[in-house]
Amino acid sequence: MVPVQYYFILSALLFFIGVYGFISRRNLIAMLISVELILNAVEINFAAFNRLLFPGQLEGFFMSLFGIGVAAAETAVAIAIIINVYRNFNSDSVDSIQNMKR
Amino acid sequence: MYSYTIFIMLLPLLSFIVLGLAGMKMQHKTAGLIGTCSLGIVTILSYTTAFQYFTADRVNGAFQTIVPYNYTWLPLGNLHFDMGILLDPISVMMLIVISTVSLMVHIYSFGYMHGEKGFQRYYAFLSLFSMSMLGLVLATNIFQMYMFWELVGVSSYLLIGFYYPLKPAIAASKKAFIVTRFADMFFLIGILMFGYYTDSFSFTFAGHGAEVVMGEGTTPFIQGNIARALAAGGFIIPTALVLMFIGGAGKSAMFPLHIWLPDAMEGPTPVSALIHAATMVVAGVFQIARMFPLWIHFAPHALSVVVWVGVFTAFYAAAVACAQSDIKRVLAFSTISQIAFMMVALGVCLPSHNGAIYDDHAQLGYMASMFHLFTHAMFKACLFLGAGCIIHAVHSNEMAFMGGLRKYMPVTHITFLISCLAIAGIPFFSGFSSKDEIISACFQYSPTVGWIMTGIAAMTAFYMFRLYYGIFWGTENKEAHEHHTPHEAPLTMTIPLIVLCVITMVVGIYSTIAGFAGWGGSFGQFVTASGQNYTIHFDVAIAATSTVIAILSICLATYIYKGESQPIADRLYKQFPKLHRAAYKRFYQDEIWQWVTHRVIFRCISTPIAWFDRHIVDGTFNFLAWGANEAGESIRPWQSGDVRQYAVWFLTGTVALTLILLSI
Repeated sequence: MVPVQYYFILSALLFFIGVYGFISRRNLIAMLISVELILNAVEINFAAFNRLLFPGQLEGFFMSLFGIGVAAAETAVAIAIIINVYRNFNSDSVDSIQNMKR
Repeated sequence: MYSYTIFIMLLPLLSFIVLGLAGMKMQHKTAGLIGTCSLGIVTILSYTTAFQYFTADRVNGAFQTIVPYNYTWLPLGNLHFDMGILLDPISVMMLIVISTVSLMVHIYSFGYMHGEKGFQRYYAFLSLFSMSMLGLVLATNIFQMYMFWELVGVSSYLLIGFYYPLKPAIAASKKAFIVTRFADMFFLIGILMFGYYTDSFSFTFAGHGAEVVMGEGTTPFIQGNIARALAAGGFIIPTALVLMFIGGAGKSAMFPLHIWLPDAMEGPTPVSALIHAATMVVAGVFQIARMFPLWIHFAPHALSVVVWVGVFTAFYAAAVACAQSDIKRVLAFSTISQIAFMMVALGVCLPSHNGAIYDDHAQLGYMASMFHLFTHAMFKACLFLGAGCIIHAVHSNEMAFMGGLRKYMPVTHITFLISCLAIAGIPFFSGFSSKDEIISACFQYSPTVGWIMTGIAAMTAFYMFRLYYGIFWGTENKEAHEHHTPHEAPLTMTIPLIVLCVITMVVGIYSTIAGFAGWGGSFGQFVTASGQNYTIHFDVAIAATSTVIAILSICLATYIYKGESQPIADRLYKQFPKLHRAAYKRFYQDEIWQWVTHRVIFRCISTPIAWFDRHIVDGTFNFLAWGANEAGESIRPWQSGDVRQYAVWFLTGTVALTLILLSI
């Protein structure tokens, strides 16, 4: 059985990769993927802590599932926005949308 | 029963709205006809009302006060502002005066204003004025009266400034509005004071039945709580009444608030006839007559203010009128003087001797004042309209351009002469009866006032005949007349003159004969302090004295001014140049006011207030605005729109918060 610390290490790694990616990337899609990574880190934490602290109970897993559902919805909205941005600005770079107000 | 009276106010209003909105699209004639027809209907309704009212049965010998309409417009706790119509002898009498003169002026203006630019606007304003003046006299409460009071002020302002491209017209209209508005401030304070203590603005205390005790709820309309005001101190009601009188003095051009009326002559002459001679300027007199039960019952001593203001004004205006050369100015000062006569007449009323509130003998002045208001409106309107015909003919207001006009303008000449005789107080002309009653009332009050008023009546006769001879006799200005031969005015202008003259004659002849013979049916049957039937009976001594004095002053004026050259007038002028100049300059009243307003009020009060406003009040708010602006400028760069920058700040903030939380 995998020791529970490894899950935390994975989660922390994913989190910081996500943060780094969110800050350093200019591409909107890449930023979205980074945000997804952060969310995944959180969900892994939920599952791991549930196993560690309350074995036999399921609340943490439910929370993870719930988070996955929310993330899917959020992605759909974000993709829609990004497509509109691309249509308007002919670019998917975050620098091109400093002036949203016309 | 009197439900049609609402149309007396609605029709002119409707005509004002129609002419005001659509007038510019109409022909001159159509616009004039709309205004005149609506006023014609109003006149018919007014006469119907008067007939119905004065032929109705009296209750206990007095005419009843009837309120056909009374709507609560603004309820404010115990107080409420009502709008309605109140019929009592004085308001019905005023209906007759206003509608008659207004109709005559409407007809006259067809000729006088023919072809003027803004003809439709003129008729729209005339309708507005008629509506407001009728509303003023029909008001059921003092607040409604005040509203319409301001409305007549506005229409007066608009009509004085009718020739708005001319500078003097604008100055005059502003002066009239500001001076009367200033006086109205006191009126408003008086109203609020009265309303605060009595919990009512209603006029129903003025019920004319002799048995009506004020403020005790004998009729459904009495809501006033006079007793409370009395409990708050005996000075409350007199103070409120005197404050209201100041408002009335402003509107009625009493000294020292008279300065606007002579300047108001810049307006078209028919307007002067209607507003500044016959109707609006008597609003102050009407107001005192309205509040008369309060005056006589709670403030009989304060009435002496009215008397002495009136006496001084009458004298002052008569003195100035003797030296003016502009015919409209002479008539304006004569109006001031005659209104002062009415004021004095109201002031000299005495509390009754027999315990009742009203006593027609002690309060003869009330009847005399209203009678003089009626007769004066007719003959003064006739004089002004006559002056309009003359100005129309010679294109000038100055007497120097006139003289010898009797050959050219026979109708104007005769009507003017009749009106002059009426104002001079010659028997068988209407002014005689009313002025004689005023002088009788003055003698009853105090012989001093009586003799002063007799003297002023003599001055009236003198300056009116100076005017008459100056226009129709005297030296003819041949040069001006050859250049442009004067001609008689068209029929639309002469018919109103004749109608007003006929009224003056008929009233004069009947009231004179009735007064000497002791017949009823004269003015005393309709309007008296108590509402009872009062038979006017002339005091032969007073009547004879005033007639003789009037005839003597007419003879004096004839002697001085009738001839081709006027050696006596010239000699007097050389003898007293300073006096003549002072009188010509209206004893420097305008200069005094100018000095008071500019040097005292503007410099010592307004300038510091303006400084405070500009620097302290504005400064505070400018500082606040400046602060908000600067704060906005300084945080503006934060909102760069760069998402990654936001993310960095967000991350930094999170890390910082985490560290802070961990360290705690």
